Amino acid sequence: MKLYCLSCDPNKPCYILRFKEITLMLDCGLSAHTVLNFLPLPLVPSARLNNLPGWMPRDIADAHLEGELKECCGRVFVDSAPEFFPPQPKIVDFSEVDVILISNYLCMLALPYITEGTGFSGVVYATEPTMQIGRLFLEELVHHIEQTPKATLASHWKEHLHVLPAPLSDSLKPRNWRHIYDMKAVNDSLAKIQMVGYNEKLDIYGALEVTAVSSGYCLGSSNWVINSHYEKIAYVSGSSTLTTHPKPMDQGALKNANVLILTGLTQTPTANPDSMLGELCMTVANTLRCGGSVLIPCYPSGVVYDLFECLSSHLDASGMTSIPMFFISPVADTSLAYSNILAEWLSTNKQNKVYLPEEPFPHAFLVRNGRLKHFKHIYTEGFSTDYKQPCVVFCGHPSLRFGDAVHFVELWGGNALNTIIFTEPDFPYLEALAPFQPLAMKAVHCPIDTSLNFTQANKLIRDLKPGTLVLPESYRQPPGTAPHRLDLIIETDRPLLSFKRDEVLTLPLKRKQTQVDMSPELAENLVPNEVRSGVALATLTAAIQVKDNKHTLKILEEPEKPSSRKKSRALEEALNKKPTNYTWGVLDIDEFIQKITQEGITDAKVEQVASGYIIHLPNEDTLIQVEDSSTHIFCEGDMLLRQKLRTILLQCLNKF
Amino acid sequence: MPDIKVTPLGAGQDVGRSCILLSLGGKNIMLDCGMHMGFNDERRFPDFTYIAPEGPLTSYVDCVIISHFHLDHCGALPYFTEVVGYSGPIYMTHPTKAIAPILLEDMRKVAVEKKGESNFFTSQNVKDCMKKVTAVTLHQSVMVDSELEIKAYYAGHVLGAAMFWIRVGSQSVVYTGDYNMTPDRHLGAAWIDKCRPDLLISESTYATTIRDSKRCRERDFLKKVHECIDRGGKVLIPVFALGRAQELCILLETYWERMNLKVPVYFAVGLTEKANNYYKMFITWTNQKIRKTFVQRNMFDFKHIKPFDKAYIDNPGAMVVFATPGMLHAGLSLQIFKKWAPNENNMVIMPGFCVVGTVGHKVLNGAKKIEFENRQVVEVKMSVQYMSFSAHADAKGIMQLIQYCEPKNVMLVHGEAAKMEFLKEKIKKEFSLDCYTPANGETSIINTSLCIPIDVSLRLLKAESMKHNALPPDPKRSRVMHGVLVMKDSSTCLMDVDEACREAGINRHFVRFTSTLRMEDPGPSSKTAEKLLQLIKARLKDWHVQLTDGSISVESVLVKVEGNEDEQKSVYVSWDNQDEELGSYILGLLQTMGQ
Ligand SMILES: [Zn+2]
Repeated sequence: MKLYCLSCDPNKPCYILRFKEITLMLDCGLSAHTVLNFLPLPLVPSARLNNLPGWMPRDIADAHLEGELKECCGRVFVDSAPEFFPPQPKIVDFSEVDVILISNYLCMLALPYITEGTGFSGVVYATEPTMQIGRLFLEELVHHIEQTPKATLASHWKEHLHVLPAPLSDSLKPRNWRHIYDMKAVNDSLAKIQMVGYNEKLDIYGALEVTAVSSGYCLGSSNWVINSHYEKIAYVSGSSTLTTHPKPMDQGALKNANVLILTGLTQTPTANPDSMLGELCMTVANTLRCGGSVLIPCYPSGVVYDLFECLSSHLDASGMTSIPMFFISPVADTSLAYSNILAEWLSTNKQNKVYLPEEPFPHAFLVRNGRLKHFKHIYTEGFSTDYKQPCVVFCGHPSLRFGDAVHFVELWGGNALNTIIFTEPDFPYLEALAPFQPLAMKAVHCPIDTSLNFTQANKLIRDLKPGTLVLPESYRQPPGTAPHRLDLIIETDRPLLSFKRDEVLTLPLKRKQTQVDMSPELAENLVPNEVRSGVALATLTAAIQVKDNKHTLKILEEPEKPSSRKKSRALEEALNKKPTNYTWGVLDIDEFIQKITQEGITDAKVEQVASGYIIHLPNEDTLIQVEDSSTHIFCEGDMLLRQKLRTILLQCLNKF
Repeated sequence: MPDIKVTPLGAGQDVGRSCILLSLGGKNIMLDCGMHMGFNDERRFPDFTYIAPEGPLTSYVDCVIISHFHLDHCGALPYFTEVVGYSGPIYMTHPTKAIAPILLEDMRKVAVEKKGESNFFTSQNVKDCMKKVTAVTLHQSVMVDSELEIKAYYAGHVLGAAMFWIRVGSQSVVYTGDYNMTPDRHLGAAWIDKCRPDLLISESTYATTIRDSKRCRERDFLKKVHECIDRGGKVLIPVFALGRAQELCILLETYWERMNLKVPVYFAVGLTEKANNYYKMFITWTNQKIRKTFVQRNMFDFKHIKPFDKAYIDNPGAMVVFATPGMLHAGLSLQIFKKWAPNENNMVIMPGFCVVGTVGHKVLNGAKKIEFENRQVVEVKMSVQYMSFSAHADAKGIMQLIQYCEPKNVMLVHGEAAKMEFLKEKIKKEFSLDCYTPANGETSIINTSLCIPIDVSLRLLKAESMKHNALPPDPKRSRVMHGVLVMKDSSTCLMDVDEACREAGINRHFVRFTSTLRMEDPGPSSKTAEKLLQLIKARLKDWHVQLTDGSISVESVLVKVEGNEDEQKSVYVSWDNQDEELGSYILGLLQTMGQ
């Protein structure tokens, strides 16, 4: 069994697992960090961005480079449509992938890159919420970028990496970076998804059984259990043991796996999500109290639901019931609507509400009474009339490179009363803000990452007791942001393997057995011989049928009557006949001699030698060599005599 | 225990109530726990004493599975858990768990408060009962205990209706509950995969009906409603709050939209708004079309259908009113009926079954005058229409389901005996399957052949497959597996003989034979060996015959030639006991040549 790692970001995983001749892709995460190298795409032309000074490397006279790079507060940005670095089909051709398993909607943004135009012809499995909300993420991303098309696209900077300043110079293989896919690719790739439920056993070509189990991280998020008859592999992607809105994590299903692949741990190990949420509420209230507005860059689903819930009740408690909250996203309406029809995927508390029947999320109520207003865009009809400050705005994209968030940073950035609060952990917030500097508005970092932290992960490993633990190399050393925190690593007494991007691991699974079915008729014909107390053996010859990788043993039909068949075939079958039993144990010499004497062979002389006995039958010109584990009969060509001796010998030996 | 036993306590050759006992692999499962709507006495509940004449039932029943919220499938559940005292697990889908208690409570009120019946369950019983229910989602594999597994499939009969696959060991059964194989206005079609159960227990309400009649019924319904409002009449449609009501609303809503009608349509408030909310929240259980468009427009947010106010009863002019309850036995629907019945322009449409004794039942039987307790007499001049809108599979649909899941046996329940007989013959003829139709209280025993899972050493399996692949393809040759089965503790594993001995901790005893024969063949012995080789090769074409160091070998058979150039040669032929046939054949061959 082999594991190929196609991603360097453990939170945007993409792995290939080869097992029993099946090629499985585990997640198709897309790391969007590359977009931070690009200038933001403003919704309305921005004089500030347009007037940023161009940047040219010294000593390079490439005219094509002119206008590609701009400088802002000491940082150099590419002035072009943002690009992404999808998983590369370098070590595995995507057309060879049989099955893609998607754990949650945050791990599927590379899906169109993988399934479209690559010859991919397999199936994609994901839960219903993963697929529906994943669609929203993909659509929003495409929409955000397509609504602000760039007239020219920069590419020459990629030829001069070595003379560019950091972090641009550290770009990994920028020639393989790609522009965002289009809606056709999104729709085509989503059409390849087959929806699965939690604990639904999926048969993969008869060779494997795959099951999604709840991971507690977000709506419909799952971990995967991959079983053959004898091995169990557990793949843990984004998981959470905290109580938020999703159905709790199912840990039982992951226990005692031969191999546990662990990814998706928290990206902000030093921040506690609960205290961050508290801090966020305080910061919002303080800003509003001073007359400032709050911008919270967010994704169109996920923690944002919890923020609506907590923030509205906090503001109510603080007497700020009239402050509007705006949720702006091209998919805002769909996101809010879907969240309230997916009760089966929610925590018990939320689920029980539908029995009343009430919507599981309070945001349905907040929308009805006008507390939370949602719009597709800032230019959507009605927004300008409803818009009043101070207010709280939730909108994308958290990278601040595209989407309506760009507009609000530009609009509010100059006012020190306003605050921008970063909750999504995917991007370093200072880098997100870099092309907007200098800024007067306050920037507050309240990352809310509900994924497992290292303490929780170490406890999980102790509980699950995997045969071997497999994880990204980065989990074995403290994070770069806190190099002295030796507690922020995975520590285990289990055998451990680690991997990094573009590496291939051979996983320690040695299969010795597999399962087949035996027909009841065949079972009835078996003659078990007890060779020891509790151990019985039975020699078996059966017909084996193979269908869809599943084997069945049945009674071997006797060949038809020889007359109707070719003679050579009959001979072949006779000679091919398998033994009906095997002999074992030690030969009792006395019994043997006694029996041959009864059969008229009276001249046997037994001679003891180092290795056992030699029995001489001088009249028959025969010699029998007997050892503990063998008997060898040497005789002349007398067929009858040999067969007589054989029959007696077999009578004297144990058989099974 | 290779037999599967099934005993209907209800739904055996009748459509009254469903309650079927299933035993397989030592487990007892109750499929549905319905109530008979046609009885007011103890006959309305299944005879639970059948399961265990005395003592607690819980130890006899491993789980109860409820297929959908109709009372003829779940109506006796609170009685079974709270009065009879069953305390084991109960499974149903989320929508069923949400909606069933409302219908149960509705029914309880009618039975106890309006009709004054006793020996019924209480409101608290319903609540306590529902607390014991485990909700399941579609396709989720649920382990009831370490051996009993169940899995729900979409049945399309009402919101949340499910078929259940039940497995113990290698035996499995599918119970369909009520299902519908054609998508209707708000639900999708039933679906199941090729799960090849040993037994398929299918409903057969419409065993002899062939489809299409539903579309006709819908057209008929709309035509009658339209005619009535065109002559200025009022249409009363008594319904139960959930189920058909929503489908009829969608039907009228789309018709009103299409025909651009202005006549008001009302839905009597109370339960209904709440009921529609259930449909809104469980939209993932409706059909593709509704699911796709729900963000833009939730199909259950009706534009043309407005809440009803009692004051509207006396409004002049045409209108259409949906009102509860469905059998006109009490409440608002009865109140409206009393007012509208004497006018021949008006119409009442009964979209479902009515219990004997209810006003609905009398009206449907053509009563022209109805007398009430307070000696009030109402003349019925309005037109009375009956229209069944239940969504069941027809004969074609049932055959389709059989084709989908490929069962080894079929059992028909929830249908009329005569109709079942017809379908039974059809199934026997078309699929050559055994088909059972037990009556209530009658036990059917289904013999199943039980495949036994065993382990096989991968080495043995691979060796066979390599050998098979090396041979030219021949469909007539059966693939042969040979080895030794090791039965130890609870495991059974097939291995090659040497592995088996190691595993069992015993030593093989090898038996070998060597026969000598003399041969007159002048020349070097290697020449003789070469001749013998050619002879053997010629006879054993498909065998691997080879010559090494002057010895010829085939499998364990060795042939060795000794002797000087001009002398008589000694030919030694030796073989292992397991190659007795081959060894003695070769020996015989060489003997004939030597002579
Ligand atoms: Zn029904």
